[in-house]
Amino acid sequence: MTNTDSDSSDMNNQDSSQALPGDSPKRDTTSLVKATLARRYAAEKRFKFYGIFAIAASLAFLVVLLTSIFIKGWPAFTHTYVKLNLELDADTLGLSDNPTAKELRAANYSGVIKKTMRDRFPDVKKRKAKKELYQLISSSGEYRLYDMVKENPAIIGTTIETWLPADDELAAILKSGDDLSDPDSIVTRMSDQQIGFAKTLKDAGETQTRFNKVFFTNGDSREPEQAGIKAALIGSALTLLVTFMLSFPIAVAAAIYLEEFAPQNKWTDIVEVNINNLAAVPSIVFGLLGLAVFINFFHLPRSAPVVGGIVLSLMTLPTIIIASRAALKAVPPSIREAARGLGASEQQVVWHHVLPLAMPGILTGTIIGLAQALGETAPLLMIGMVAFIVDIPAGFTDAATVLPVQVFLWADSPERAFVEKTSAAIIVLLGFLILMNAVAVMLRKRFERRW
Amino acid sequence: MSTTTILLVALSLAFVSFVMGRQKAYSIARSSGGVSKLHSLPGHYGLMVGLWCALPALAIIIGWKLFEGPIVSSMLDSSIPQAVHDLGEKPVDLYKNEINNLAASGNIAAEPDAAKQQAATRLNTLRSYSAVALFLLSIAVAIIGAALAYRKIKSNTRARPIVERIIEFFLLASASIAILTTVGIVFSVLFEALRFFSQVSVIEFVTGTKWSPQTAIRVDQAGSSGSFGAIPLFLGTLLISAIAMLVAVPFGLMSAIYLAEYASPRTRAIVKPLLEILAGIPTVVYGFFAALTVAPLIRNLGEHIGLSVSSESALAAGTVMGIMIIPFVSSLSDDVITAVPQAMRDGSSGLGATKSETVRKVVFPAALPGIVGGVLLAASRAIGETMIVVMAAGLAANLTINPLEAVTTVTVQIVTLLTGDQEFDSAKTLAAFALGLLLFITTLILNVIALRVVRKYREQYD
Repeated sequence: MTNTDSDSSDMNNQDSSQALPGDSPKRDTTSLVKATLARRYAAEKRFKFYGIFAIAASLAFLVVLLTSIFIKGWPAFTHTYVKLNLELDADTLGLSDNPTAKELRAANYSGVIKKTMRDRFPDVKKRKAKKELYQLISSSGEYRLYDMVKENPAIIGTTIETWLPADDELAAILKSGDDLSDPDSIVTRMSDQQIGFAKTLKDAGETQTRFNKVFFTNGDSREPEQAGIKAALIGSALTLLVTFMLSFPIAVAAAIYLEEFAPQNKWTDIVEVNINNLAAVPSIVFGLLGLAVFINFFHLPRSAPVVGGIVLSLMTLPTIIIASRAALKAVPPSIREAARGLGASEQQVVWHHVLPLAMPGILTGTIIGLAQALGETAPLLMIGMVAFIVDIPAGFTDAATVLPVQVFLWADSPERAFVEKTSAAIIVLLGFLILMNAVAVMLRKRFERRW
Repeated sequence: MSTTTILLVALSLAFVSFVMGRQKAYSIARSSGGVSKLHSLPGHYGLMVGLWCALPALAIIIGWKLFEGPIVSSMLDSSIPQAVHDLGEKPVDLYKNEINNLAASGNIAAEPDAAKQQAATRLNTLRSYSAVALFLLSIAVAIIGAALAYRKIKSNTRARPIVERIIEFFLLASASIAILTTVGIVFSVLFEALRFFSQVSVIEFVTGTKWSPQTAIRVDQAGSSGSFGAIPLFLGTLLISAIAMLVAVPFGLMSAIYLAEYASPRTRAIVKPLLEILAGIPTVVYGFFAALTVAPLIRNLGEHIGLSVSSESALAAGTVMGIMIIPFVSSLSDDVITAVPQAMRDGSSGLGATKSETVRKVVFPAALPGIVGGVLLAASRAIGETMIVVMAAGLAANLTINPLEAVTTVTVQIVTLLTGDQEFDSAKTLAAFALGLLLFITTLILNVIALRVVRKYREQYD
């Protein structure tokens, strides 16, 4: 609207200037400016629009990324269970009257589950159909049954009502809310007959979706419904602990030296340039360093949190040093001078006054550096933290994996259920990152002092 | 006896000596008329004793642990049957590994081979001897050090300067770790790269156009000649980085200009942190998103308009990488744009320029060196980025600049060459280090130029 308005007013001005008698054909500056004004205002608007568009597009991408991962990952936090009336008959289990621990371990639990499924669907006669029926229950069901029997052997010979985890494909179609009466509309590896079973079970209220505790209490697994992130979480925690214990004291010491004690000489210059450059070295190069030095030269164990922690601490050192130096620099000189005036030595000035005042800033920088380390994947691939780890690591030298590497590993798995597991692991990872950054922001807000 | 126990014992000894040293200083002070008669504070005397106790012991523990492995391993040589020794170095290493695993398994008796059983038992004995020796030695050194320092405590002992000098040395050492890291990177990468170049000529590496790092295991094996021409990798890296920069520079720059010149302080305070979130998301998440959402989307789009797009197209990886880099470009440009003096804008406005004209003709040229520096830093980031390309770009080393095809990058190849088998004398593994060296040098040069440009520019207006 405004465009056309200014356009028309321009026209009028030009007309009027031309209409004046005795005017030279050369236009004056004002009319020249006015003639181009509309174009210039349009350009101004366009320019501003480009800016808004760039920001909107970036933020839109952020929203798309987060929502798509959230939508994909949300179902993994729940899992579907199927109600079964298990007849724990000693014959089917293959147990004697007084079963030993070994017998209990070797008992035929899957037989019991299969028999229960057959009893539930007595019409199923064909071998193939039976096999498909058995597939509905996760193979982890038998271990769960073994645990129950081990805990309370008295239940042998009785019939118990229990909920066992469903197979990942069954869980996926039940959670997706697809219309089970129209098998063709569902994208799944399950057969139409299996979908029919699923519908029967669902309609009878014998399926239930609950919070997926397994996801947080298990290690990795080839079976999606049994795969969990506990091993990766513990691995991440151990690695991050090593990183913190190494990088925090070293970085603070380095920052104090450079900011408070370093003489103005070549060596200090080299150190400074070096730190700035290290901050921009690709993380994978740190992985090569870790592989060549710590694993091949010092023979530290592969895949261990201790090596991962060392590599990540070398990587995060520059970040923390730079942040700590900024925090130390922000402490006003008057504090130092007052302390010196009371007879404090240079080090007492630092340890008693400057460092405590700079601590909030240093901690903020440290947390941000650690958050970076928590999300890092590439250098850990180099030092072998990509192994398939089922056991929960118990110490700093056990083989372990970390959360982002677990994401990487699961992202490569073909099963449909692993896509949701991957997204769920990403949600957990992002959750931790948000938490750490929130703590950093809070620290800054709460303790930051303007001098 | 585990290293942790030894460390804990040494540290508690150090603490005890700290307390005793301080106690002695106090008692001297009492007998000579107050703490002010001492040269230093009692705590300094305590620290002096504690440091004298802990530092030598820690040095011994660290040194011991560094050299224990190789020495024990060479002492094990005599337990390895001569037959294995005759086979060469590799079988010996393999044999040692087996013995190591056996010794660690805690069930040596289960091993059928008597020689191995014996060797594993010997290994365990050697290790336990070593641990006991280390324990005794480090404790003895700790106690002797503490005792020497304790005896030195007098009212005129200059404890504070001694302690402060030690602390300052520790501070200097910490600051030098940055240098050590760089040296470590250069040497570790350089040595392995040199070993690689002794097998494959440098000329072939930097000019060859065929990359297939599979070296033949058998002589007569077909199709595994192992050619190490890295041009396709360089081209792939450049292609993906260029796409990323094509996305990141316009978006990042325009966001920065809008935030610095147009946005109200309130909008700025909200939008800036939101943009920074993009930089805080782990790259593995971007990789997952690129591989699972963006790549299929681009392929489907391409099919709609009749183009054949690879499912691992450079376009998908590059675009997502570009989005990841937007906040780098925008926050670095934002810094330099806001550093341009207000007087220049005012002058331009006074001459009747519109805001966008001021930005384009005055602010932008003034900020250009700094922006270029920021873009170079972003480019070095793109070249070194690993996870996005590992997950979303392919492994096929195609020599192409078509963004719809799959290309591979230097970082992808480093990861593929080094995960999996780990033989440190094959050209295949060593090639990863040669690539790493190139990557390190390229990014280093970019960073040095960028940092210099940015710094020089800042000084201009300060």
